[in-house]
Amino acid sequence: MSKTNSRLYHNTVISIVIGILLLPIVATFLYSISTRWGATILPDGLTLNWYLKLLTEERFLWSFVRSLGVCFAAMGLCIVLMLPAIFVVYYRLRYLKFICNMIVILPFAVPPVVGSVGLIQIYSDGLLPISGTFWILIFTYFTVIIPFVYRSIVNSLEAINYVDMIDAAKLLGANTFKAFIYVVLPNLKKGLLSAIFISISILIGEFVFANILVGTRFETLQVYLYNTKAVSGHYSSALVIFYFAFIFVFTYLASVFSKVERKSVKRRKN
Amino acid sequence: MSGLSLSEDSKNALHNESMAVKKLKKLFSYGLCLAPFMLFYLLFEVFPLVWVLVNSFVYEEEYSLENYMELFNSEFMTQAFENSLYLAIVSSIIALVLALLFINSIRTTNGKIKNILISLVNICSNFSGVPLAFAFIIILGVNGAVTLLLKNMGLIDGFNIYGSAGILTIYVYFQIPIAILLLYPAFDAVKEEWHEAARLLGATNCQYARKVVIPVLAPSIFGTFVILFANAIGAYASVYALTAGNYNVVTVRIAALVSGDIYLDPNLAAAISVILMVIMLIVVILNSLIIRRYNYVKNK
Repeated sequence: MSKTNSRLYHNTVISIVIGILLLPIVATFLYSISTRWGATILPDGLTLNWYLKLLTEERFLWSFVRSLGVCFAAMGLCIVLMLPAIFVVYYRLRYLKFICNMIVILPFAVPPVVGSVGLIQIYSDGLLPISGTFWILIFTYFTVIIPFVYRSIVNSLEAINYVDMIDAAKLLGANTFKAFIYVVLPNLKKGLLSAIFISISILIGEFVFANILVGTRFETLQVYLYNTKAVSGHYSSALVIFYFAFIFVFTYLASVFSKVERKSVKRRKN
Repeated sequence: MSGLSLSEDSKNALHNESMAVKKLKKLFSYGLCLAPFMLFYLLFEVFPLVWVLVNSFVYEEEYSLENYMELFNSEFMTQAFENSLYLAIVSSIIALVLALLFINSIRTTNGKIKNILISLVNICSNFSGVPLAFAFIIILGVNGAVTLLLKNMGLIDGFNIYGSAGILTIYVYFQIPIAILLLYPAFDAVKEEWHEAARLLGATNCQYARKVVIPVLAPSIFGTFVILFANAIGAYASVYALTAGNYNVVTVRIAALVSGDIYLDPNLAAAISVILMVIMLIVVILNSLIIRRYNYVKNK
């Protein structure tokens, strides 16, 4: 293969794959700003009406607020529960690290549909009848993000010399609790921020648990999106683009913070 | 003399006691840190799975294998498993091949373009589930832009996005970004010098790819395949949103049996779930057996 030929080949492969990946997104965007797009290849005319309609639709705004509420609650719960547990394991019970890695991989390995079978049965009646309410979503979403929160916090913790930090704080008269709150925690800020952004961008797109466990009784963004499919394709497209723009911002922020983290790790190693 | 030793004894006893208290306190504080997380984890991750496992063996309030018998004797259920396995295997392989070709090509571009392309892929990896199904209806539906374009060019008569070809397309779409993101770091193990060395020894590009690149990448390729396979066989949102639950795959069957409005049978759903998890486990075990063969790459 000559050089220009191989350049041509590589560019073709890149263009085809990127083209496949972008096509649905670009098409949805075009659809969301077009007046009518019937039996033609390109839309008839352009308008921003669908976005205006979206932003004035109360049902949409409420579903978005509900989604944000559940996502932030689940994320807060996850971080509050995992921080002390991770800290104890990494500071005192290091032989438990191996078990920890197994524990955090389980929510990742079990398909949501399988998890919802047990959840719906256990929490429909009995001691904790929370199926069909937002409580079950908060607690289930907590399990969904465990692997991501764990990775973010642990990466951040391993990048700093937390044992020396705590020893130094103790020499100066602090107890372990104070040392953790005032010395270690501020140094985990970037890891926590990356955990927050990645969790929100995952949870805001969650549909399976929301639809099976709660449905329209507490309509989240994804369930609302599913329910609008009969209304108008243009309106749904505007909703899809809105959602996509939202997760775009959050994944971008998550990558910024994890990048800063990686850079600081590198510097330490050099 | 004796008085002194006595006081020392009591001191030791006191010391031991305070040590014991300290140890207890320590254990208590460890428990305090670990217990809340473990409680929630047990309640919402472990118990549901235990429920599924136990109740898959319960039929009309008695322990039996009836649920599993029903599964294997029902053509509808075995068809669901066939469809799921077909979609998972074929979509994983297609996505793997496309990802390998793509990564091989972007490695020839310069750093800046490479970063932009990888970020783009990362963004696309978020495009799945209900929004993706909608986008597919817009471009590949009966009056979709791409369907019309291909029709006008005379390439196809029409495209049924709600049939197996359409669903395979959507699966391949959401698998490609994952395959690229998982395989991309593995390519760092392939050194450019090897290519030159192979060429000097008279190997063609094809031989180099077959005899050097693929064996080096094999463990990563199989590992990625397992994740893609698990991702596809557990996928529900896309196929449900696209066909409103009319296409027969395992996850749609499970969901219909626990939250459908016609016929509920959670224990049968549990049995399907157990089989699904067993299939995933078998793939993981097969993978680790295959990877063991390639250990020599790491040892060298």
